[in-house]
Amino acid sequence: MSPSHPYMANSAEGSRNALLEAVGVSDPDELFRQIPADHRSDDAIVPSAGIRSEFELRRMLEDRLRGVASTDSHVSFLGGGYWKHHIPALCDEIAARPEISTSVWGTPSSDHGRNQAWFEFTSQMGALVDLEFVGLPVYSWGCAAGHALRMAARLTGRSVVVIPAGLDRERRLVIETYCGYRELDGSLSIREVALDPATGTVSLAALADVLDDAVAAVYVETPNSWGVIEADIARIIDAAHAVGAEAIVGVDPISLGVMASPASFGADIVVGSLQPLGIPLNAGGGVGGFIASRDEERYARQFPTLQVSIAPTIREGERAFGMTLFGQSSYGARELGNDWTGNSVYLWAVRAAIYLALLGPQGMRELATTVVGNARRAAALIAEVPGVSVRYADGIFKEFIVDFSDTGLSVARINAALFARGILGGHDLSGTGEGLEGCALYCVTEVTSESDVRRLITALEEVVAS
Amino acid sequence: MSTIRRYHAASWDEPVIYELGAPGRRGVVPPSSWAPAADDLIPADLRRAADPDLPELAEYEVRRHYTHLSQQTMGMVGISLFGTCTMKHNPTVNEQITARPEVAAVHPRQDPSTYQGLLGIVHSLEDELRNLSGMSAFSFQPGGGADAAYLHTVITRAYFASKGELAQRRQIITTAQAHPCNPATAKAAGFEVITLPIEEDGYPSVEALRAVVGPHTAALMLNNPDDIGIYNPHITEFIDAVHEVGGLAFYDSANFNGVMTRLRARDLGFDACMYMLHKTFGVPKGGNGPSVGAYGCSEELARFLPGPRVVKNGETYDLIEPENSVGRVREFLGNVQQLVKAYSWTRAMGTDGLREAADLSVLANNYMEKQLMAIPGVTMAFPGKALPRLEMTRYSLEEYTAETGVTGHDVQNRMTDFGIDAFWTSHEPAFIPEPFTPEAGEMWSKEDLDEWIAVLAHVLEEGRRDPELVRTAPHNQVVAQIDGSGLDDPDTWAVTWAAYRRKTAARQTVGS
Repeated sequence: MSPSHPYMANSAEGSRNALLEAVGVSDPDELFRQIPADHRSDDAIVPSAGIRSEFELRRMLEDRLRGVASTDSHVSFLGGGYWKHHIPALCDEIAARPEISTSVWGTPSSDHGRNQAWFEFTSQMGALVDLEFVGLPVYSWGCAAGHALRMAARLTGRSVVVIPAGLDRERRLVIETYCGYRELDGSLSIREVALDPATGTVSLAALADVLDDAVAAVYVETPNSWGVIEADIARIIDAAHAVGAEAIVGVDPISLGVMASPASFGADIVVGSLQPLGIPLNAGGGVGGFIASRDEERYARQFPTLQVSIAPTIREGERAFGMTLFGQSSYGARELGNDWTGNSVYLWAVRAAIYLALLGPQGMRELATTVVGNARRAAALIAEVPGVSVRYADGIFKEFIVDFSDTGLSVARINAALFARGILGGHDLSGTGEGLEGCALYCVTEVTSESDVRRLITALEEVVAS
Repeated sequence: MSTIRRYHAASWDEPVIYELGAPGRRGVVPPSSWAPAADDLIPADLRRAADPDLPELAEYEVRRHYTHLSQQTMGMVGISLFGTCTMKHNPTVNEQITARPEVAAVHPRQDPSTYQGLLGIVHSLEDELRNLSGMSAFSFQPGGGADAAYLHTVITRAYFASKGELAQRRQIITTAQAHPCNPATAKAAGFEVITLPIEEDGYPSVEALRAVVGPHTAALMLNNPDDIGIYNPHITEFIDAVHEVGGLAFYDSANFNGVMTRLRARDLGFDACMYMLHKTFGVPKGGNGPSVGAYGCSEELARFLPGPRVVKNGETYDLIEPENSVGRVREFLGNVQQLVKAYSWTRAMGTDGLREAADLSVLANNYMEKQLMAIPGVTMAFPGKALPRLEMTRYSLEEYTAETGVTGHDVQNRMTDFGIDAFWTSHEPAFIPEPFTPEAGEMWSKEDLDEWIAVLAHVLEEGRRDPELVRTAPHNQVVAQIDGSGLDDPDTWAVTWAAYRRKTAARQTVGS
């Protein structure tokens, strides 16, 4: 006889028997009369016994994970939209508290604290991007961009969207999915705007060529997928507005510690990633996206997200937090709602709120300054390795393209050699676009020390000389 | 019957964080740059004119503030029988395992050879779900149940596009009691939505379905059992009717808990199904995620799944892009840390534990039903039909509200005064008046269930004796009932502190 299962209180024989007796059955099987016998698949299931001992379960999982390399075990230069930053210990502590981690829905009064944390998340994100309307998180940066493009299509009644060539492949594929198929209603068609190989930024001339009055939105990112700050972001936004399109800009929120928000140049919708704000990489499971706009009804009415608003209670002088514009969500309006919403990554909103509160304005400025300083210096040092060059050095924030093509070695081979030396080399860009063979995207942040970079350079010198 | 416990929520009168701290304070100091100092790395015209308006607090202040907010969140620290969400024990060991760098610090762009153990766990979880569903392949990319429904509509598009039938297959059929995400995602993907009504048996009729299926049918999306607790015994006829016209049948397994190890979606004939790992498989809900909508499908549809997928080649796990992949519904493998927790949970349970959980959840629901139906004013949706119910039963307070004027919403608020988390009412459309849908699950003890029932009975009695007491509830909560009258008004809604201050100032100016 197995011991009662620790996850199920009524698994204890006495409790179970008390329930059986109260219900008036001798076996739970009698309660499944609704299901026709020929629907049952009992015999098709391969049986397995549960591991009821926590120690044995833990040891099994730890054994399976043994040997996994990570950005902790190795010096990492991997980026590409997923960035290793320091995670303050407090983010871990609060996110792990069971009141927060296990909550589900509640009422404005019973889950008041969590709702306030959500409001503090949207408030701080709004401060960072200089916009006053911020939705609760969506699944990822790519999903935020996709929803924002669909918002723009609804706002303008148009169906063409412009996105940069060279956009990170993962986000590009998500955006394509959100744009739909032309045989069906509501589909959007994509036009690419070329990046200027000389500057690594969106070509204004190419942008002019793809803009007309069919364009619902122009989506760009700064820093962009090649790591380059879009120096002409104001002109890109103006060009979109000139044809009546919405200007949507994707950002790395860390960069906004020193950089002006695209909203200050007139961007209508700003989206981006939550991942750098105190969230572990989790092999790609540490992502989330945000969508922000001006607090104008025209925009607010198009959000597919849930939003939490501050509001009074029936007690004089007291405040609570409740859902605003719930009725326009799919929860409220089913197929008549704006896109769809559901369980997403709201625990990350709590982490991001704590992160931003800990950093504060000075911390965000210092962090961004450290990141850009480290990245520029690292790029300069890497460029001194024989046969290795760095592109767009003047536009770097924290990622940059390293060109190994003159070494005659593939990025894959270089990365394998680096890994053998305890280093995770940059993201291989070979095959992702013209002129990118033999190139890798390197990422340097505040957690990258000078000795990490020196170690990389020593390793690269050995590898290219071999 | 258990006694009613005295309860009062922690209430700190906690300010919004912007009202705390003082200029110059800080909670974290980032490392200094090791590069030579330079002020001109960002062009002047692209620099911030002023620092962002973020709060300034010392670390202990941030810690105290968010600890207070945590204490002001009931979550599952009370008793939560939140129907349709299948509340589960979330084992702490799983949080500790996934906090290890072998999970938390893995970068999604690492070479697959460098994190084989983690990929192996993802693959083993897929094996577990294949066993339970009969499906051929799974994707864990969807970031929640709604995202899995969306993936189904995206795969439906790709499937019919590959056959050259997409222009013709424009309709997705769902049912009135299906979760709103099913019609919403179908519409977002570009399909026309047809919603079948619920008949007097508590489920749609085969005739109603047959009246709408045809050459325009792309897919059927429904759940079974539904969240009323009723199982549609004609479900295979539904699937057949859709297959006969060439459509796809998708099983939203939102209510899988009561039928785990008894039903397999593929064996019933479904082409695809979805499990929510953040509920059924013991992964914490996080107040709305990170969640996972595990999407499983037949061999025929597997080639359309989003990449990357984990496949096993001998002793090695590789990442592949399926042949006709739809691309992505979000980036990379999904919420991988949650997959590890779900795998751990399935191994802790085993198929014997899953069967036991299904049994206990249905047993507990029937226990609840017996007690609740004995409380005056409580009625059951579709009484006399499809008994005994499975893991959930939908009830109504319609008669009680008619008698007292006290609504289900009032009762919900008042129950939180006793440490009972708000119950779930119903998804839209709420075709049962004053609905409430508790789900006992396998986790909560008989004593917990008795306490929940006792509190409901107590509150209903209070409402008869002193309706105002219930109508103005909660009284023992962190804050009083919200005045939601301005939530949809652009002049008063405020989703950021900056908007709140601006609008409050504007009102004061007008009022002065």
